[in-house]
Amino acid sequence: MTLYGFFFYLISAVVIGATAIAITRRNLVHAVVYLIVSYFGTAMLFYLFGAPLLAALEIIIYAGAIMVLFLFVVMMIRVESYEEVMFPLSQWLPAAIFGLIYMVAAVAMIIETPGTEISLRMLTATPRQFALYVFEHHWFSIEVISLLLLLALVGALHLGTRKGAAQGLSAHDADTRLEGGRSGGPDLDAP
Amino acid sequence: MIVPFGHVLLVAGILFALGVFCAVVRRNLIMIVLGIEIMLNAVSIVFAGAALRWNNLEGQTFVLFILAVAATEVSVGLAIIVYAFRRTGSFDPSKFNLLR
Repeated sequence: MTLYGFFFYLISAVVIGATAIAITRRNLVHAVVYLIVSYFGTAMLFYLFGAPLLAALEIIIYAGAIMVLFLFVVMMIRVESYEEVMFPLSQWLPAAIFGLIYMVAAVAMIIETPGTEISLRMLTATPRQFALYVFEHHWFSIEVISLLLLLALVGALHLGTRKGAAQGLSAHDADTRLEGGRSGGPDLDAP
Repeated sequence: MIVPFGHVLLVAGILFALGVFCAVVRRNLIMIVLGIEIMLNAVSIVFAGAALRWNNLEGQTFVLFILAVAATEVSVGLAIIVYAFRRTGSFDPSKFNLLR
């Protein structure tokens, strides 16, 4: 086993361990932080697979923006008590059984398929080569993705406004309208 | 000469199974979305490994698209979760019975 093979197994163990711990945490912040560790490991795997730009993008976007967004939401919404019923046996036992059946089937398929014992070679796609390839063959998908991000922005803004807050009323009118229009749920800003 | 391709598939398969377990068993909306993110991560690993196996940059291109779509879906999904929390006051999906 070469050095890079050893790195692959070590990083895979870290990724799987961190993810397995993350999905069993009761505290949401702990789960998100363990998942950030898992994403760092995945970025290392991308670097081993010869995709340094993807490794950097994974850290920046996944661990740096998406998980931080989760942390914002978790810390903004103060949950006083842990109200989740964790792992009742009738729920996680069938899930675990079917997961084991899936793993047995997956291992059998991987062993039986003829192309899976070929060892990977060490190659690297520099960011320049990768960018030239993407913009030469998939420029239209990049445009569609930018449109998709605009959609996400508009959707998140619309879902985030409160009733009466975005209609340019005077302060007094906004207060009275908020008083009358508040629905039954608790307020986000309530102390 | 790193590892057999089957081992890459196995690692990603285990990660995917963990993601499905998290999305199915946890009764918290944020943990369900985290399970979806774990699944997307596992698929990204398979695509990057397959790009190395077949010496083709299409796999890495698709990982780029997966990253962008995951960012989009998380932002809109979390906006929906915050709105749902404002309406019902809980993250538990079994409490969302306003339609009944």
